Amino acid sequence: MRHVLSVLVENEPGVLSRVAGLFSGRGFNIESLNVAPTLEAGVSHMTITTSGDEMIVEQIMKQLHKLVTVIKVVDFNELAAVEREMMLLKVQAEGAMRGEILRTVDIFRCKVVDVSPNEITIEATGNADKLQAIISLFQRFGIKEVARTGSVAMRRSMQAEV
Amino acid sequence: MELRGTQILLESLQREGVDVLFGYPGGAIIDIYDEIPRHPEIRHILVRHEQAAVHAADGYARASGKVGVCLVTSGPGATNTVTGIATAYCDSIPLVVFTGQVPTKLIGNDAFQEVDIVGITRPCTKHNFLVKDVKNLAKVIREAFYLARSGRPGPVLVDLPKDVMLAATEFVWPDDISMRSYNPTYKPNLNQLRRSVDELVKAKNPVILAGGGVIMSNAAQQLTELSREFHIPVAATLMGLGAFPSNGDLWLGMVGMHGTYAANMAINHADLVIAVGARFDDRVTGRISAFASKARIVHIDIDPTSIRKNVEVDVPVVGDCAQALQGILDICRKRNENMDWEEKHSAWIQEIASWKKDKPLCYCKSEAIKPQHVVEVLYKLGKGEAIIATEVGQNQMWAAQFYTFTKPRTLLTSGGLGTMGYGFPAAIGAQMAFPDKLVIDIAGDGSIQMNIQELATAVYNKLPVKIIILNNMHLGMVRQWQELFFNHNYSSTNMEAQPDFVKLAEAYGAEGYRITEADKLEAVLATALASPNTAIVDVHVEREENVYPMVPAGAALDEMLLV
Repeated sequence: MRHVLSVLVENEPGVLSRVAGLFSGRGFNIESLNVAPTLEAGVSHMTITTSGDEMIVEQIMKQLHKLVTVIKVVDFNELAAVEREMMLLKVQAEGAMRGEILRTVDIFRCKVVDVSPNEITIEATGNADKLQAIISLFQRFGIKEVARTGSVAMRRSMQAEV
Repeated sequence: MELRGTQILLESLQREGVDVLFGYPGGAIIDIYDEIPRHPEIRHILVRHEQAAVHAADGYARASGKVGVCLVTSGPGATNTVTGIATAYCDSIPLVVFTGQVPTKLIGNDAFQEVDIVGITRPCTKHNFLVKDVKNLAKVIREAFYLARSGRPGPVLVDLPKDVMLAATEFVWPDDISMRSYNPTYKPNLNQLRRSVDELVKAKNPVILAGGGVIMSNAAQQLTELSREFHIPVAATLMGLGAFPSNGDLWLGMVGMHGTYAANMAINHADLVIAVGARFDDRVTGRISAFASKARIVHIDIDPTSIRKNVEVDVPVVGDCAQALQGILDICRKRNENMDWEEKHSAWIQEIASWKKDKPLCYCKSEAIKPQHVVEVLYKLGKGEAIIATEVGQNQMWAAQFYTFTKPRTLLTSGGLGTMGYGFPAAIGAQMAFPDKLVIDIAGDGSIQMNIQELATAVYNKLPVKIIILNNMHLGMVRQWQELFFNHNYSSTNMEAQPDFVKLAEAYGAEGYRITEADKLEAVLATALASPNTAIVDVHVEREENVYPMVPAGAALDEMLLV
């Protein structure tokens, strides 16, 4: 099963390699891994998308926590969370195709960020399913290049009781 | 007052109570070596290979319970420590390894004797540091020792660039230490302890499985009380030997691939296994699907990753083994005053007694000297007071099986990594910790050749370590597998091309003895053990003796090959 983990780490040299090395050394999957600084100086946030059965994901969480530079590990599968990923997509766009491409861009609330006579580059944001749907739809026009950020996620705020 | 990095290092070691440093100098740490003679309270032991420095520090740590420390130069000095570090990591031994490094401005330039040792050792250290600024040096050293000895102990490496060691700063020794990302759990959860006792109350066939964690957390006393007061039989892993007196009705023996019949049968017939500081290594469990299949499992360990890593656990208890066992004892004593524990477990203990009686550890006597007998004689001659180091292979298993370990920290052996060449340098380290104790390395003719250069270290430092070579002129354990599973195809396991160990010992200035006849065994061993000098005893044993019982790879624990 797919799990999105949020990992708060001390931002010191080598921390990424400690985490990546843990996954490769123990044979855990990484679907995507994404790191960026937080508002607190010296602390970074990683979002790791991984998969495995319950026992494996439990091991992944524990092993991550065991790393001396890891401050906190949260599994978003156990919490209500929002998850987003950004993708840049360079699509073949010539002649009559361009109109239909732009309509599809609108439907998915994507943005056109670069245009040339025969290509359009699109920025899309969404969860993994939505991005997969976008890729499938644009495939018939011809996708020349894809760049994806991997997921970032955040716990949902408490909702008012009804 | 400002101090240079080299002075800060030595001052810090002194504050940490370091009295022995195992090391080997080189260009990147020559400035540190310049400082060492100014600190006579720290004894430096010059080894002959950096791997041995780490094993010696490891043996020192296992025998004494203190942190072992070593110091080596950059590049090859650093890479030579890797096997030692990995050995300590697998067995959770507290070490701090200082490595020299090229000056910071050269790092990454492929400088002379440069390696990325922090990168190389990342997966085999508990943690490691590259000190880039002398201002952080004291704090990093403090943290390194704290990390090495706290929680689940382990080796920590500190990489020291040459320019950092020459730079000066105000020396401030941190009074206390807190790391927000590192907080090991010592105190076990009370509810989990209660649940453990519930399981114990229900069980008819309980077994305690004691691992190295019992020794590491000094919990042998609590373990023994729990077993004796509530009549619970105890089996131990290789790393757990010494945690429980290995004699008496409640002792089952070692469990696993070369475990006793009684221990392996008991595990697979138990209805409750209480694993204490053990991690269910594959050499312990045999075929995992068949392991303790009738049992509920209580697992006590300070490292949460050990729990539910290899086997499903019914009651996980995260915490210090000594505290957890004490907690269980307290609850048991209070809650079940009227319970007749002896009666409750009597049928089980009888069943165990019959396993022990029917299939004891044994070997066939013959004209030739039996390696198992050598181990028994060593126990007898040392009156059980010796510290035993082993190499790896048959020698290690015979030592584990036929020596009666009654006290913690008396067996030094590479359990997890299985490092040949470990025993002799580890014995040197243990002898440094206990100069007056008898320290014996039970060796094989293969393993001893992996770090034999340390004879010079032992002789120079007047360490009366005794090396007993169970010489079968084979890489015996591999040969045994080839005999049993590869149709006697003894590929590359013949070791007849070997030095004359007696002359070799003498060449190094040690004593050398050779025993080829069984009737001379005891007398010559007695002479060697009584000697105040380093000695090798080359005992020519039965060449194709096998270690039994044996659980073949992939078989269940109760599917043993017996003598």
